[in-house]
Amino acid sequence: MIALLARDLRLATRAGGGFGLGVAFFLILSALVPFGIGPDRAALAPVAPGILWIGALLACLLSLDRIFALDHEDGSLDLLATAPLPLEGAVAVKALAHWITTGLPLILAAPIFGVLLQLPPAAMPWLVLSLLLGTPSLSMLGAFGAAITVGLRRGGLLLSLLVLPLYIPTLIFGAEVTRRGAEGMAVQTPLVFLAGITLAVAALIPFAAAAALRINLR
Amino acid sequence: MTLLAVEDLAVSRGGMRAVEGVHFSLDAGQALILRGPNGVGKTTLLRTIAGLQPPVAGRITIPDDAVAYAAHADGLKPALTVAENLRFWARVFGGQGIAAALSAMDLQALAERPAAALSAGQKRRLGLARLLVTGRPLWVLDEPTVSLDAASVARFAGVIRDHLGQGGAALIATHIDLGLSEARVLDLTPFRARPGRTAQPSGFNEAFA
Repeated sequence: MIALLARDLRLATRAGGGFGLGVAFFLILSALVPFGIGPDRAALAPVAPGILWIGALLACLLSLDRIFALDHEDGSLDLLATAPLPLEGAVAVKALAHWITTGLPLILAAPIFGVLLQLPPAAMPWLVLSLLLGTPSLSMLGAFGAAITVGLRRGGLLLSLLVLPLYIPTLIFGAEVTRRGAEGMAVQTPLVFLAGITLAVAALIPFAAAAALRINLR
Repeated sequence: MTLLAVEDLAVSRGGMRAVEGVHFSLDAGQALILRGPNGVGKTTLLRTIAGLQPPVAGRITIPDDAVAYAAHADGLKPALTVAENLRFWARVFGGQGIAAALSAMDLQALAERPAAALSAGQKRRLGLARLLVTGRPLWVLDEPTVSLDAASVARFAGVIRDHLGQGGAALIATHIDLGLSEARVLDLTPFRARPGRTAQPSGFNEAFA
């Protein structure tokens, strides 16, 4: 499993691996929003938590189809399926690799982009914490979508349609944590819900995604 | 020791039965070459034996974790070097002997080259070297000699022979002569499924035949 994680991370950071693509997209989105609705603090600050979370979600979506599609094309997925490694473990590891290469840079960059969107300083720790708790579930759900669409040509669009609705609970509670943090309200309830969603997703999705992969490999 | 026993096996591709009633067994030290025209179901049969799809009928008996499968796609990452590709599969399968595998397929000189810079034949040789690092006894090979030159085919036949000598076994679908005189040959043509019969539910269809 560690071998698979190390390989996926190495592939992501080599030429053509797409590392940093998500952060660049997130940056452009955060820079565009003030142009769209004006740099006025009173207009930007209320929408900043939602925009930041939607930005993170879309940036995550960009690289989802790579989770399994490339391995399917070059035959690695067939070979992984016959390897001693359980397919559920392979799914979990590949989702983890996706989170490290996409989710983690987003979390680190988010406070900087928060400044672009006039997010109050008090909300910064909550933004980071909510992303830290929420983005693993984005990668996991994405791995499930990628497993369902793995054999399809141009599966990326279908993948987005399948996965985005599944992101709604994470988005609601993640943005709510940040919004409440900005207004100095208690954040415990949405935070607990967010963590609960991520834990449930991490526990169930590997089995669902591995079952989808097995069917797609037939 | 029997590494593979297949009894009355039927496999299907896209919901249609490909071959049915297939029956053979493979002991340690034996090789079996599958022949048959395009589309008869060689690849489907091999994928079923490798465990990538379930059989429609019949039984496959294999010891746990015995199969190393190699098909048309070699499972190589173009951004990784030859040695890195091989090391990854060795770690996944818990095998070893990367240096021996590289020299067996004459790849030492290319070890540090990215797989993207290999020719088709060299990629194939790397894909076949992967079999050696898996440490698994039963090789299931689908057209292993595609894009290999004559010298490489002879070299690979030698690798298979060594593998058989070490108590391994090989099931090979191929159209060319590998030069493995000791291998048995099974022609799949007589096992071709009768047309018009769908895979499932076969009992239902038989009732209306």
